[in-house]
Amino acid sequence: MASTLFDKLWNEHLIERQDDHTDLIYIDRIFLHERTGSIALESLEADGRQVFCPEQVFCCMDHIVDTYPGRGDDTTMPSGRDFIVATRSAVAEAGITLFDLGDPRQGIVHVVSPEQGIVQPGVTLVCPDSHTCTQGAFGALAWGIGSSEAEHALVTKSLRVQRPRTMRVRFEGALSPAVSAKDMVLYLIAAFGASGGSGYAIEFAGPAVEALDMEARMTLCNMAVEFSAFTGIIAPDDTTFSYLRGRPYSPTGDALAQAENYWRSLRSDPDAQFGRELVIDCADIEPSVTWGTSPEHCVPISAAVPLSVGSDDPARERALRYMGLAPGQRLSGLAIEAAFIGSCTNARLSDLRAAAKVLRGRRVADGLRAICVPGSMQVRAAAEAEGLDRVFIDAGFEWRESGCSMCFYAGGEHFGYEQRVISTTNRNFESRQGPRTRTHLASPVTVAVSALRGCITDPRDFL
Amino acid sequence: MSIDAFHRCTGVAAAMLRPNIDTDAIIPSREMKRVSKVGLGEGLFAGERYLAAETREPSPDFVLNQPEYRDCCILLAGPNFGCGSSREHAVWALKEFGIRAIVAPSFGAIFANNCVRNGLLPVTLAQAQVEDVADWVLDAPANNHVTIDLDLQRLVAGAISVTFEVDAGARQMLLNGLDAIALTQTRWNQIADFDRKRRESHPWLYQQESSMP
Repeated sequence: MASTLFDKLWNEHLIERQDDHTDLIYIDRIFLHERTGSIALESLEADGRQVFCPEQVFCCMDHIVDTYPGRGDDTTMPSGRDFIVATRSAVAEAGITLFDLGDPRQGIVHVVSPEQGIVQPGVTLVCPDSHTCTQGAFGALAWGIGSSEAEHALVTKSLRVQRPRTMRVRFEGALSPAVSAKDMVLYLIAAFGASGGSGYAIEFAGPAVEALDMEARMTLCNMAVEFSAFTGIIAPDDTTFSYLRGRPYSPTGDALAQAENYWRSLRSDPDAQFGRELVIDCADIEPSVTWGTSPEHCVPISAAVPLSVGSDDPARERALRYMGLAPGQRLSGLAIEAAFIGSCTNARLSDLRAAAKVLRGRRVADGLRAICVPGSMQVRAAAEAEGLDRVFIDAGFEWRESGCSMCFYAGGEHFGYEQRVISTTNRNFESRQGPRTRTHLASPVTVAVSALRGCITDPRDFL
Repeated sequence: MSIDAFHRCTGVAAAMLRPNIDTDAIIPSREMKRVSKVGLGEGLFAGERYLAAETREPSPDFVLNQPEYRDCCILLAGPNFGCGSSREHAVWALKEFGIRAIVAPSFGAIFANNCVRNGLLPVTLAQAQVEDVADWVLDAPANNHVTIDLDLQRLVAGAISVTFEVDAGARQMLLNGLDAIALTQTRWNQIADFDRKRRESHPWLYQQESSMP
């Protein structure tokens, strides 16, 4: 019978059926971070349990570490140091590989794992972080879990998982200039709703997806969780294989040939049946920006805040009140106080290059707070080798060390009360980036041009 | 470790019906102050529950601050409740506050799993049914108690009586207060066997370790 890529990945990791819906699935690799990893490991110790296979477990310091140059274990978040110290001690005790502060490989978990070649086609990989779906871009089955599930995976190298249904989202045609993977996924979520992918494992496919480089594919898969999907996956191809070659944890020599031979089998059969199929014509996708407090509150940047449709909608009213906007108000030209380039969504080298291209030789608007937080210290080093740090700094951006930073407010650094921020991150939830901070999600190039003008700006104005 | 079993729960229900209430709203990251699963109840819905985060002065508008909801143990929620961040702190905070079950048209997938792992019951009902229950509760919130029976898979609210579906595995875990890790450890032979075969069929995933920096 014809199988989808998801079916192949799932069945290959199926230890045994538990009941009609739930399977015991083998987990190849696990990532932890200091925010929840410390709690999971301490809980295991309290229960007298041990990590089964620590050599397949990795940990990043990313969630609450500071990103100021010269940072240490102290954090602007009160008590952040406790999480860092507890994590360091627990992973050392368990024998887990740590990408610690000061390590040139440190960074955001979903940037570090691909960079190191830890995620590979055909593996199952879990992390107590919802954006683990990012790593599905490699043809891996990668998904976010809670702390209890992390403990389960650490101890048993398996998880009890309800088998999701399958969906394929085909992006036909080609992207227009200044339109990126971020705009693709925002378009998808706006068109089908923030819960449109609920219960599904989604394969992203079609010529526009095949044309994306690995970093853009990661951006697309990253926001599968904002679509409420179990995860996103992209079939691995030569783009994937060439990205992985020479990475520290990638296979070499004969093992590489053996692995690549297997990796090439990881694609949906031509006549595989999906539970649901969506088709999007890329000609319809423009640079996008969110206006509200859910990623589904998103429109083309040339459009206005939607007028009410039919009956009154309290959630929409609440979002507009929170954002200080009115129906029919144009987004382009809306004044912003800050611009943020960072996060597991859009802080890889290609994202920084796209932003730097428009920032080069220009200055951000007077009084605007602009921050760039590279996705990893390797991204940072690679950007510096190209002189991108000078481009950002000369344009008026702060140039930071790596971490999740102000993608979310953990009690430390934040964008202020009712400050309007345009951000390359993934969530525009109420108070996500600071107390009552107003977040507009967009692509790196849209954030960069908006920073220059001091207002939400269509990147096509700069072509 | 022990998990609280769930059979039946009767009590005050509060409605928060707007869609997409995310786990950042259920517990803001700034409220997750300690390396601990406890001490989180006070941070539950902190963003809308308090007039100011620092003073903890209760916001009179917030449903759970109103006197008739003091003993609330059931939340009636909108679609996609618990979407967003995977933080299990959202569930730990709800439990510590006294919530035992949440009724919604749909849930964030990671959140729903986290509920089951902690003995909190997520009940999926059609939106119209959730709204009917909410309407009935609103007539007299302190007295119009809702009953959720997991043995019978039935929710009763006055004249409303509806059955609900629960995944069989989740139901067993909740009814028996099962610890998933202990349950899986009974499958140890199967896991070890699978692990051995996996090392043979995918050697490149295991060869690299010794040469790692």
